[in-house]
Amino acid sequence: MNALAARRRHPAATLILLLLGLIVTGGVYAALAPKPATAAEASADQIERGRQLFLTNCATCHGKNALGTPVGPNLAGVGAAAVDFQMGTGRMPMAEPGVQAPRGKKVTFSDEEIADIAAWVASLAPGPAIPDAEYTTAEGGDPGKGGEIFRVNCSMCHNSAGAGGALTRGKYAPPLTGVEGKHIVEAMLTGPQSMPVFNDSNISPESKRDVIAYLKSMDAEGNPGGMALGSLGPVPEGLVAWVFGLGILIGAAYWLGQKGA
Amino acid sequence: MSTEHSTDTVRLDEGHHIGEGGIPAQFVNPGLPPHVHRMSDESAAGAKRAERQIAGLFTLSILGTLLFLVSYFAFDTAHRTWVPGLGTVSTTNLLLGVGLGLALLGIGLGAVHWAKTLMPDEEVVEERHVMRSSDTDRAKFAEIMREGGESSQLFRRPLIKATLGGALGLFSLPLLVQLVGSLGPLPKNHLSLTMWNGHPDGHGDYTPYQERPRLVTDPESLPIKASDVTIGSVYHVLPEGLLPSPEATEEEAREGLPHGFLEEKAKAAVLLMRLDPSDFKDTEGGKKALSWSYQGIVAYSKICTHVGCPVGLYERTTHHLLCPCHQSTFDVTDDCRVIFGPAKRPLPQLKIDVDKDGYLIAAEPFHEAVGPSFWERG
Repeated sequence: MNALAARRRHPAATLILLLLGLIVTGGVYAALAPKPATAAEASADQIERGRQLFLTNCATCHGKNALGTPVGPNLAGVGAAAVDFQMGTGRMPMAEPGVQAPRGKKVTFSDEEIADIAAWVASLAPGPAIPDAEYTTAEGGDPGKGGEIFRVNCSMCHNSAGAGGALTRGKYAPPLTGVEGKHIVEAMLTGPQSMPVFNDSNISPESKRDVIAYLKSMDAEGNPGGMALGSLGPVPEGLVAWVFGLGILIGAAYWLGQKGA
Repeated sequence: MSTEHSTDTVRLDEGHHIGEGGIPAQFVNPGLPPHVHRMSDESAAGAKRAERQIAGLFTLSILGTLLFLVSYFAFDTAHRTWVPGLGTVSTTNLLLGVGLGLALLGIGLGAVHWAKTLMPDEEVVEERHVMRSSDTDRAKFAEIMREGGESSQLFRRPLIKATLGGALGLFSLPLLVQLVGSLGPLPKNHLSLTMWNGHPDGHGDYTPYQERPRLVTDPESLPIKASDVTIGSVYHVLPEGLLPSPEATEEEAREGLPHGFLEEKAKAAVLLMRLDPSDFKDTEGGKKALSWSYQGIVAYSKICTHVGCPVGLYERTTHHLLCPCHQSTFDVTDDCRVIFGPAKRPLPQLKIDVDKDGYLIAAEPFHEAVGPSFWERG
């Protein structure tokens, strides 16, 4: 300690202290700084398989390097989550050109193939990774709180019962019944098509789980009142009341006024 | 009645043939069609059948009531059943409804069927008569009125006439005063200012903030770091202090809600979006929107300028904001100019900035009143 104290006025002391300070600050920052979400480490093999699959199945619209063409968007930076959402719900590959890719009746590729393509797309530029399985199930979520978050952030497009709704020029927000929790989180993270992004600082992973819990409880609960009529509110209800209700009343009035029997 | 038609077929290009019968000078009243007797009047078997039908309908009603009573006690309200065509429904709701429906319908249908088949079936014609009273009656009525007027001395004593008129005329004033007075107090500043101007004092005025308020998320009330708002993100935003803070206990949260909480929330709701700064249009509006933004993060009032619905449908790809009520569409890249629908004014923009910790704050309150037009709006 004496030796150190004796050298504290050495010309190099300031420099050494400065260097030490910089190293400590840098080290602490590197350890504590928020990490951008990136895909889990993928092997070179998997990325290469993904590239091959991409070239044969996706490159027509998205371009050979996934940088986009006039008919398909640039995929650099969309992340593995976007690929998993678009292909895992059967939206991609798109069956026909249109304003919006509809949810597919069946998924064209196997989970493994989708994971390969996701690994390749994720290797192009950092983007949202496939979310942690812990936060993609309804388990542990609070449906009440989820409903509150859903009504503020989601219901204006997707309807408070998650029945979906129309946007402009043929675009629409799809119904959310029977959607996997993983895909709900991925849609919020990546903002597919017209949907805006709801990243983890906007709606935390725990809150996203609450939203899933809310949607799942809506699915399970059914409609205690009977026919939901698409959960679209007063318009279909009015239509049914006017057409069927009035029809029955007119029929009854006719029967009452009929002469004889 | 004796119109005859030519039996020759008329071709389409020959036009209309006028028959030879002509029109009679006067149509003869055809009278009522002969009365048709009912099956139950003509045969005892028919009457017996009608009786059984009526009894059947009343029995249906009895069964419906029994169904109601049994299902009321037999099923828990949480019980659910899958019904084809309806999906998963509450068992009690379904059975109670069907039971009550059958009970009432059975009584009603039975009663009507009874009246139509077994009750007396007679047709009676009642001739209409003239509405006008006879001339002598009318003259007598006028005479009584005149005599009454004279014996009351109304026309001979103008003082009574004038004061009666005044009293009756003045009596209409209380009604008018109530009508106008009940329209409520004048709105003063309440429609023009929001919680972005200051803290509400509960009397329609706002105490200006010492520090400009932060933007916080709805419903979790968390402050927003500018770096967390990635391009394409949408945040639903309220001024700090409107919602209870996230650390507050449930009881504190309930007490902390300011008076007129919903009114304040309805005026102060803001939608926060981040666009690539190059997305903004090179117009006056687009430039102003960008200069009021923070690196492409723009904040706009969520309340439609048409009739005040929440404009929340943001299309990330087209940068259009759509109002769900009447489809007013606003272009975010051009200072929320109206590009479709009944809204007449763009959505008011909230000028934002960041504080020293990197959280978004409202640099200035709204420069105009939010929401739909009103009388005093300048």
